[in-house]
Amino acid sequence: MAAAMNRVDEIRNRVILGEFGVKNVHTTDFPGNYPGYDDTWDMQKFQKNFRIDIVHLDENNMEFDMVGIDAAIANAFRRILLAEVPTMAIEKVFIYNNTSIVQDEVLAHRLGLIPIKADPRLFEYRNTGKEEGSEIDTIQLQLKIKCSRNPRASKDSSDPQELYLNHMVYSRDIKWVPIGNQADVFADSRIGPVLDDILIAQLRPGHELDIVMHCVKGIGKKVAKVVDSRLDTCSREVLRHDDLKNLVKLGRVRDHFIFTVESTGILPPDVLVTEAIKVLMAKCQRFLSELDSCGME
Amino acid sequence: MAGEGEKRPVLETIQAEGADEGCVTFVMHDEDHTLGNSLRYMIMKNVDVEFCGYTITHPSESKINFRIQTRGEIPATEPLRRGLNELNDVCQHVLNTFQARVDEFKGRQEQPMD
Repeated sequence: MAAAMNRVDEIRNRVILGEFGVKNVHTTDFPGNYPGYDDTWDMQKFQKNFRIDIVHLDENNMEFDMVGIDAAIANAFRRILLAEVPTMAIEKVFIYNNTSIVQDEVLAHRLGLIPIKADPRLFEYRNTGKEEGSEIDTIQLQLKIKCSRNPRASKDSSDPQELYLNHMVYSRDIKWVPIGNQADVFADSRIGPVLDDILIAQLRPGHELDIVMHCVKGIGKKVAKVVDSRLDTCSREVLRHDDLKNLVKLGRVRDHFIFTVESTGILPPDVLVTEAIKVLMAKCQRFLSELDSCGME
Repeated sequence: MAGEGEKRPVLETIQAEGADEGCVTFVMHDEDHTLGNSLRYMIMKNVDVEFCGYTITHPSESKINFRIQTRGEIPATEPLRRGLNELNDVCQHVLNTFQARVDEFKGRQEQPMD
Protein backbone atom coordinates (compact mmCIF):
# COMPACT_ATOMS: atom_id res chain seq x y z
CA MET A 1 0.00 0.00 0.00
CA ALA A 2 2.81 2.35 0.89
CA ALA A 3 4.44 1.69 -2.47
CA ALA A 4 1.40 2.95 -4.32
CA MET A 5 1.50 6.18 -2.44
CA ASN A 6 3.64 8.92 -3.85
CA ARG A 7 6.48 10.44 -1.92
CA VAL A 8 4.72 13.68 -0.97
CA ASP A 9 1.58 11.96 0.25
CA GLU A 10 3.71 9.70 2.35
CA ILE A 11 5.36 12.63 4.10
CA ARG A 12 1.99 14.25 4.60
CA ASN A 13 0.04 11.29 5.87
CA ARG A 14 2.42 8.80 7.40
CA VAL A 15 4.83 8.69 10.27
CA ILE A 16 7.61 6.33 9.21
CA LEU A 17 9.02 3.89 11.72
CA GLY A 18 12.68 3.29 11.07
CA GLU A 19 14.99 0.86 12.73
CA PHE A 20 16.29 3.37 15.23
CA GLY A 21 13.87 6.26 15.08
CA VAL A 22 10.82 7.83 13.54
CA LYS A 23 10.66 10.07 10.49
CA ASN A 24 8.17 12.73 9.42
CA VAL A 25 6.98 13.28 12.95
CA HIS A 26 5.72 16.83 12.54
CA THR A 27 2.55 17.95 10.87
CA THR A 28 3.51 19.75 7.67
CA ASP A 29 0.27 20.13 5.74
CA PHE A 30 -0.03 23.87 6.15
CA PRO A 31 -0.88 26.26 3.32
CA GLY A 32 2.13 27.19 1.25
CA ASN A 33 4.18 24.12 2.11
CA TYR A 34 3.11 21.88 -0.78
CA PRO A 35 2.48 23.18 -4.27
CA GLY A 36 -0.67 21.72 -5.75
CA TYR A 37 -2.34 20.99 -2.42
CA ASP A 38 -5.00 23.14 -0.83
CA ASP A 39 -4.21 22.95 2.86
CA THR A 40 -6.34 25.80 4.15
CA TRP A 41 -8.76 24.85 6.88
CA ASP A 42 -11.92 23.35 5.48
CA MET A 43 -14.65 22.54 7.97
CA GLN A 44 -16.63 20.44 5.48
CA LYS A 45 -13.62 18.35 4.64
CA PHE A 46 -12.89 17.85 8.33
CA GLN A 47 -16.46 16.82 9.07
CA LYS A 48 -16.41 14.39 6.16
CA ASN A 49 -13.18 12.70 7.22
CA PHE A 50 -13.56 12.77 10.99
CA ARG A 51 -14.80 9.68 12.72
CA ILE A 52 -14.92 8.09 16.13
CA ASP A 53 -15.24 4.35 16.67
CA ILE A 54 -15.93 3.09 20.15
CA VAL A 55 -14.24 -0.22 20.81
CA HIS A 56 -15.05 -0.72 24.44
CA LEU A 57 -17.09 1.05 27.08
CA ASP A 58 -17.96 0.04 30.62
CA GLU A 59 -18.30 1.76 33.97
CA ASN A 60 -14.64 2.63 34.45
CA ASN A 61 -12.84 2.05 31.19
CA MET A 62 -13.28 2.93 27.60
CA GLU A 63 -11.34 2.68 24.40
CA PHE A 64 -12.07 4.48 21.19
CA ASP A 65 -10.44 5.48 17.93
CA MET A 66 -10.41 9.09 16.86
CA VAL A 67 -9.56 9.40 13.20
CA GLY A 68 -9.10 12.43 10.98
CA ILE A 69 -7.92 14.97 13.51
CA ASP A 70 -4.50 16.52 13.97
CA ALA A 71 -2.20 15.39 16.75
CA ALA A 72 -2.23 18.90 18.24
CA ILE A 73 -5.96 18.75 18.97
CA ALA A 74 -6.04 15.08 19.95
CA ASN A 75 -3.20 15.78 22.35
CA ALA A 76 -5.11 18.73 23.80
CA PHE A 77 -7.95 16.37 24.72
CA ARG A 78 -5.47 13.95 26.27
CA ARG A 79 -3.81 16.70 28.30
CA ILE A 80 -7.15 18.00 29.54
CA LEU A 81 -8.29 14.51 30.53
CA LEU A 82 -5.13 14.05 32.55
CA ALA A 83 -5.01 17.35 34.34
CA GLU A 84 -7.96 19.63 33.80
CA VAL A 85 -11.26 17.84 34.20
CA PRO A 86 -12.71 19.13 37.48
CA THR A 87 -13.34 16.75 40.37
CA MET A 88 -14.27 17.00 44.02
CA ALA A 89 -11.30 16.34 46.27
CA ILE A 90 -10.41 16.79 49.91
CA GLU A 91 -8.79 20.19 50.19
CA LYS A 92 -8.92 21.07 53.87
CA VAL A 93 -8.40 18.67 56.74
CA PHE A 94 -9.28 19.81 60.26
CA ILE A 95 -7.66 17.52 62.78
CA TYR A 96 -9.30 17.82 66.20
CA ASN A 97 -7.63 14.77 67.62
CA ASN A 98 -4.97 12.46 66.32
CA THR A 99 -3.24 10.24 68.82
CA SER A 100 -2.18 7.66 66.25
CA ILE A 101 1.44 7.23 65.21
CA VAL A 102 0.74 8.80 61.82
CA GLN A 103 1.74 12.48 61.88
CA ASP A 104 -0.97 15.04 61.18
CA GLU A 105 0.54 16.24 57.92
CA VAL A 106 1.09 12.72 56.61
CA LEU A 107 -2.45 11.80 57.52
CA ALA A 108 -3.79 14.94 55.80
CA HIS A 109 -1.85 14.10 52.66
CA ARG A 110 -3.13 10.52 52.63
CA LEU A 111 -6.69 11.73 52.99
CA GLY A 112 -6.22 14.21 50.14
CA LEU A 113 -5.41 11.41 47.71
CA ILE A 114 -8.64 9.48 48.26
CA PRO A 115 -11.00 9.83 45.28
CA ILE A 116 -14.39 11.13 46.37
CA LYS A 117 -17.53 10.05 44.57
CA ALA A 118 -19.56 13.17 43.90
CA ASP A 119 -20.62 14.70 40.61
CA PRO A 120 -18.41 17.81 40.19
CA ARG A 121 -20.87 19.26 37.68
CA LEU A 122 -23.32 19.86 40.52
CA PHE A 123 -20.88 22.01 42.48
CA GLU A 124 -19.37 25.45 42.04
CA TYR A 125 -15.74 26.45 42.46
CA ARG A 126 -15.08 27.93 45.86
CA ASN A 127 -13.96 31.54 45.66
CA THR A 128 -10.33 32.09 46.48
CA GLY A 129 -9.78 33.44 49.93
CA LYS A 130 -13.14 32.24 51.16
CA GLU A 131 -12.68 30.23 54.34
CA GLU A 132 -16.24 29.17 55.05
CA GLY A 133 -17.77 26.64 52.69
CA SER A 134 -21.41 26.53 51.72
CA GLU A 135 -23.73 23.87 50.36
CA ILE A 136 -23.03 24.80 46.75
CA ASP A 137 -19.25 24.47 46.86
CA THR A 138 -18.29 22.15 49.71
CA ILE A 139 -18.78 18.57 50.81
CA GLN A 140 -18.11 17.89 54.46
CA LEU A 141 -16.79 14.52 55.54
CA GLN A 142 -16.05 13.20 58.96
CA LEU A 143 -13.71 10.52 60.24
CA LYS A 144 -14.20 9.71 63.88
CA ILE A 145 -12.82 6.44 65.14
CA LYS A 146 -11.29 5.05 68.29
CA CYS A 147 -9.42 1.84 68.79
CA SER A 148 -10.02 -0.37 71.81
CA ARG A 149 -9.27 -3.87 73.08
CA ASN A 150 -11.64 -6.59 72.06
CA PRO A 151 -13.10 -7.93 75.32
CA ARG A 152 -14.03 -11.16 73.58
CA ALA A 153 -10.55 -11.99 72.33
CA SER A 154 -9.03 -15.20 73.54
CA LYS A 155 -6.28 -14.76 76.13
CA ASP A 156 -3.30 -16.12 74.30
CA SER A 157 -4.12 -14.66 70.91
CA SER A 158 -1.47 -12.58 69.19
CA ASP A 159 -3.52 -11.64 66.13
CA PRO A 160 -4.23 -7.89 66.13
CA GLN A 161 -7.32 -8.59 64.04
CA GLU A 162 -8.74 -10.48 67.00
CA LEU A 163 -7.20 -8.50 69.85
CA TYR A 164 -8.36 -5.02 68.90
CA LEU A 165 -11.45 -3.31 67.62
CA ASN A 166 -11.17 -0.65 64.92
CA HIS A 167 -7.43 -1.06 64.61
CA MET A 168 -7.50 -0.65 60.83
CA VAL A 169 -8.93 2.62 59.57
CA TYR A 170 -10.32 2.29 56.07
CA SER A 171 -11.85 4.81 53.70
CA ARG A 172 -15.24 3.25 54.46
CA ASP A 173 -15.03 4.81 57.95
CA ILE A 174 -15.30 8.27 56.40
CA LYS A 175 -18.84 9.52 56.78
CA TRP A 176 -20.58 12.22 54.78
CA VAL A 177 -21.99 15.13 56.79
CA PRO A 178 -24.49 16.99 54.58
CA ILE A 179 -24.48 20.77 54.74
CA GLY A 180 -27.69 22.77 54.28
CA ASN A 181 -30.05 21.13 51.81
CA GLN A 182 -27.47 18.62 50.54
CA ALA A 183 -29.18 15.72 52.30
CA ASP A 184 -32.25 16.22 50.08
CA VAL A 185 -30.46 17.24 46.87
CA PHE A 186 -28.03 14.33 46.89
CA ALA A 187 -30.33 11.85 48.62
CA ASP A 188 -29.91 9.15 45.97
CA SER A 189 -26.27 9.74 45.07
CA ARG A 190 -24.19 8.14 47.77
CA ILE A 191 -21.44 10.71 48.45
CA GLY A 192 -18.24 9.32 49.93
CA PRO A 193 -15.01 7.61 48.91
CA VAL A 194 -15.15 5.76 45.58
CA LEU A 195 -13.46 2.71 47.07
CA ASP A 196 -14.16 1.58 50.60
CA ASP A 197 -11.04 -0.48 51.28
CA ILE A 198 -8.28 2.12 51.17
CA LEU A 199 -6.21 1.76 54.34
CA ILE A 200 -5.68 5.15 55.93
CA ALA A 201 -3.98 4.34 59.24
CA GLN A 202 -3.49 1.61 61.79
CA LEU A 203 -4.34 2.20 65.44
CA ARG A 204 -3.68 0.57 68.78
CA PRO A 205 -5.92 0.68 71.87
CA GLY A 206 -6.32 4.25 73.07
CA HIS A 207 -5.47 5.76 69.70
CA GLU A 208 -8.12 8.03 68.36
CA LEU A 209 -8.87 10.02 65.22
CA ASP A 210 -11.31 12.90 65.05
CA ILE A 211 -11.12 14.65 61.72
CA VAL A 212 -13.38 16.84 59.61
CA MET A 213 -12.62 17.26 55.93
CA HIS A 214 -13.82 19.76 53.36
CA CYS A 215 -13.94 18.71 49.72
CA VAL A 216 -13.98 21.41 47.10
CA LYS A 217 -14.11 21.43 43.33
CA GLY A 218 -10.79 21.73 41.62
CA ILE A 219 -8.81 20.66 38.62
CA GLY A 220 -6.26 17.92 39.01
CA LYS A 221 -3.23 20.05 38.39
CA LYS A 222 -2.28 18.82 41.83
CA VAL A 223 -3.91 15.40 41.96
CA ALA A 224 -4.37 13.41 38.75
CA LYS A 225 -7.44 11.24 38.72
CA VAL A 226 -7.70 9.86 35.24
CA VAL A 227 -5.23 7.65 33.54
CA ASP A 228 -5.34 8.08 29.83
CA SER A 229 -2.78 6.90 27.41
CA ARG A 230 -2.21 6.28 23.78
CA LEU A 231 -1.97 2.59 23.39
CA ASP A 232 0.60 2.18 20.73
CA THR A 233 2.31 -1.03 20.02
CA CYS A 234 3.76 -1.72 16.65
CA SER A 235 6.28 -4.45 16.28
CA ARG A 236 9.44 -3.51 14.52
CA GLU A 237 10.70 -7.05 14.58
CA VAL A 238 11.10 -7.18 10.78
CA LEU A 239 13.73 -4.49 10.95
CA ARG A 240 16.00 -6.85 12.88
CA HIS A 241 16.34 -9.13 9.91
CA ASP A 242 18.98 -7.81 7.56
CA ASP A 243 17.54 -9.51 4.51
CA LEU A 244 14.13 -7.96 5.04
CA LYS A 245 14.86 -4.55 6.35
CA ASN A 246 15.36 -2.82 3.05
CA LEU A 247 12.29 -4.43 1.56
CA VAL A 248 9.68 -3.24 4.03
CA LYS A 249 8.60 0.14 5.19
CA LEU A 250 6.63 0.57 8.37
CA GLY A 251 4.34 3.52 8.41
CA ARG A 252 1.72 4.74 10.75
CA VAL A 253 -1.32 6.81 9.84
CA ARG A 254 -0.70 10.30 11.17
CA ASP A 255 -4.22 11.20 12.14
CA HIS A 256 -5.43 7.99 13.75
CA PHE A 257 -5.45 8.00 17.55
CA ILE A 258 -6.39 5.33 19.99
CA PHE A 259 -7.63 6.68 23.29
CA THR A 260 -7.80 4.53 26.37
CA VAL A 261 -9.56 6.26 29.22
CA GLU A 262 -9.58 4.80 32.69
CA SER A 263 -11.70 6.57 35.25
CA THR A 264 -11.17 6.54 38.99
CA GLY A 265 -14.86 5.83 39.35
CA ILE A 266 -16.12 9.31 40.08
CA LEU A 267 -17.52 9.88 36.62
CA PRO A 268 -17.99 7.35 33.84
CA PRO A 269 -15.26 7.57 31.16
CA ASP A 270 -17.58 8.79 28.41
CA VAL A 271 -18.63 11.71 30.61
CA LEU A 272 -14.96 12.49 31.27
CA VAL A 273 -14.29 12.76 27.56
CA THR A 274 -17.30 15.00 26.94
CA GLU A 275 -16.24 17.18 29.86
CA ALA A 276 -12.70 17.38 28.43
CA ILE A 277 -13.99 18.55 25.06
CA LYS A 278 -16.13 21.15 26.81
CA VAL A 279 -13.08 22.38 28.74
CA LEU A 280 -11.25 23.08 25.47
CA MET A 281 -14.32 24.88 24.15
CA ALA A 282 -14.45 26.95 27.31
CA LYS A 283 -10.83 27.96 26.77
CA CYS A 284 -11.70 29.21 23.29
CA GLN A 285 -14.73 31.06 24.59
CA ARG A 286 -12.69 32.72 27.31
CA PHE A 287 -10.39 34.39 24.80
CA LEU A 288 -13.16 35.12 22.30
CA SER A 289 -15.12 37.03 24.91
CA GLU A 290 -11.94 38.79 25.99
CA LEU A 291 -11.31 39.84 22.38
CA ASP A 292 -14.87 41.13 22.16
CA SER A 293 -14.77 43.00 25.44
CA CYS A 294 -11.61 44.96 24.75
CA GLY A 295 -12.84 45.76 21.25
CA MET A 296 -10.81 45.43 18.10
CA GLU A 297 -7.51 47.01 18.97
CA MET B 1 0.94 38.54 40.04
CA ALA B 2 -2.30 40.44 40.41
CA GLY B 3 -3.21 41.41 43.94
CA GLU B 4 -6.31 40.35 45.84
CA GLY B 5 -9.54 41.74 44.47
CA GLU B 6 -7.85 43.02 41.36
CA LYS B 7 -9.05 41.31 38.19
CA ARG B 8 -6.38 39.01 36.80
CA PRO B 9 -5.48 39.68 33.19
CA VAL B 10 -6.63 37.14 30.60
CA LEU B 11 -5.16 38.45 27.39
CA GLU B 12 -2.56 41.12 26.72
CA THR B 13 -1.05 42.26 23.47
CA ILE B 14 2.56 43.24 22.94
CA GLN B 15 3.65 45.10 19.84
CA ALA B 16 7.06 46.40 18.91
CA GLU B 17 7.22 50.12 18.45
CA GLY B 18 6.35 51.07 14.88
CA ALA B 19 5.30 47.53 13.95
CA ASP B 20 2.08 47.20 12.01
CA GLU B 21 -1.02 45.50 13.36
CA GLY B 22 -0.11 42.25 11.68
CA CYS B 23 2.85 41.49 13.94
CA VAL B 24 1.58 40.96 17.45
CA THR B 25 2.50 38.82 20.43
CA PHE B 26 -0.50 37.87 22.54
CA VAL B 27 0.12 36.98 26.15
CA MET B 28 -2.43 34.36 27.14
CA HIS B 29 -2.66 33.90 30.88
CA ASP B 30 -3.31 30.54 32.54
CA GLU B 31 -2.69 28.58 29.36
CA ASP B 32 -0.12 26.04 28.22
CA HIS B 33 0.53 23.56 25.40
CA THR B 34 -3.07 22.38 25.59
CA LEU B 35 -4.52 25.49 24.00
CA GLY B 36 -1.24 26.77 22.58
CA ASN B 37 -0.48 23.87 20.26
CA SER B 38 -4.03 23.19 19.10
CA LEU B 39 -4.66 26.88 18.43
CA ARG B 40 -1.34 27.21 16.62
CA TYR B 41 -2.39 24.37 14.33
CA MET B 42 -5.71 26.04 13.51
CA ILE B 43 -4.09 29.41 12.86
CA MET B 44 -1.33 27.93 10.70
CA LYS B 45 -4.09 26.55 8.50
CA ASN B 46 -5.03 30.13 7.58
CA VAL B 47 -3.48 31.38 4.31
CA ASP B 48 -3.26 34.95 5.60
CA VAL B 49 -0.82 33.92 8.31
CA GLU B 50 2.87 34.21 7.63
CA PHE B 51 4.05 32.92 10.97
CA CYS B 52 2.44 31.52 14.09
CA GLY B 53 4.19 30.12 17.12
CA TYR B 54 4.10 30.11 20.86
CA THR B 55 6.41 29.74 23.82
CA ILE B 56 5.93 29.04 27.47
CA THR B 57 7.72 31.92 29.16
CA HIS B 58 8.94 29.98 32.16
CA PRO B 59 7.78 26.74 33.80
CA SER B 60 6.78 28.59 36.95
CA GLU B 61 4.68 31.17 35.12
CA SER B 62 1.30 30.08 33.86
CA LYS B 63 1.18 32.02 30.64
CA ILE B 64 2.17 31.66 27.01
CA ASN B 65 3.48 34.15 24.47
CA PHE B 66 1.52 33.57 21.31
CA ARG B 67 3.02 35.22 18.23
CA ILE B 68 1.10 35.88 15.03
CA GLN B 69 2.47 37.56 11.90
CA THR B 70 0.10 38.08 9.02
CA ARG B 71 0.47 38.75 5.32
CA GLY B 72 -0.75 41.99 3.80
CA GLU B 73 -1.08 43.90 7.06
CA ILE B 74 -4.23 42.15 8.18
CA PRO B 75 -4.67 42.84 11.92
CA ALA B 76 -3.38 39.85 13.88
CA THR B 77 -6.54 39.73 15.98
CA GLU B 78 -8.45 38.51 12.93
CA PRO B 79 -6.68 35.17 12.48
CA LEU B 80 -6.66 34.78 16.26
CA ARG B 81 -10.40 35.24 16.44
CA ARG B 82 -10.94 33.00 13.45
CA GLY B 83 -8.65 30.30 14.87
CA LEU B 84 -10.49 30.33 18.20
CA ASN B 85 -13.84 30.11 16.44
CA GLU B 86 -12.70 27.27 14.21
CA LEU B 87 -11.18 25.36 17.12
CA ASN B 88 -14.45 25.79 18.96
CA ASP B 89 -16.38 24.45 15.96
CA VAL B 90 -14.02 21.48 15.69
CA CYS B 91 -14.62 20.69 19.37
CA GLN B 92 -18.37 20.99 18.84
CA HIS B 93 -18.21 18.53 15.97
CA VAL B 94 -16.02 16.12 17.95
CA LEU B 95 -18.42 16.40 20.89
CA ASN B 96 -21.50 15.73 18.71
CA THR B 97 -19.85 12.79 16.97
CA PHE B 98 -18.62 11.36 20.27
CA GLN B 99 -22.02 11.61 21.91
CA ALA B 100 -23.76 10.07 18.91
CA ARG B 101 -21.32 7.14 18.90
CA VAL B 102 -21.63 6.60 22.66
CA ASP B 103 -25.43 6.55 22.43
CA GLU B 104 -25.22 4.17 19.50
CA PHE B 105 -22.80 1.92 21.38
CA LYS B 106 -24.93 1.87 24.51
CA GLY B 107 -28.02 1.13 22.43
CA ARG B 108 -26.30 -1.80 20.80
CA GLN B 109 -25.14 -3.11 24.19
CA GLU B 110 -28.64 -3.08 25.60
CA GLN B 111 -30.33 -4.83 22.69
CA PRO B 112 -29.04 -8.39 23.16
CA MET B 113 -30.30 -8.38 26.74
CA ASP B 114 -33.93 -7.78 25.78
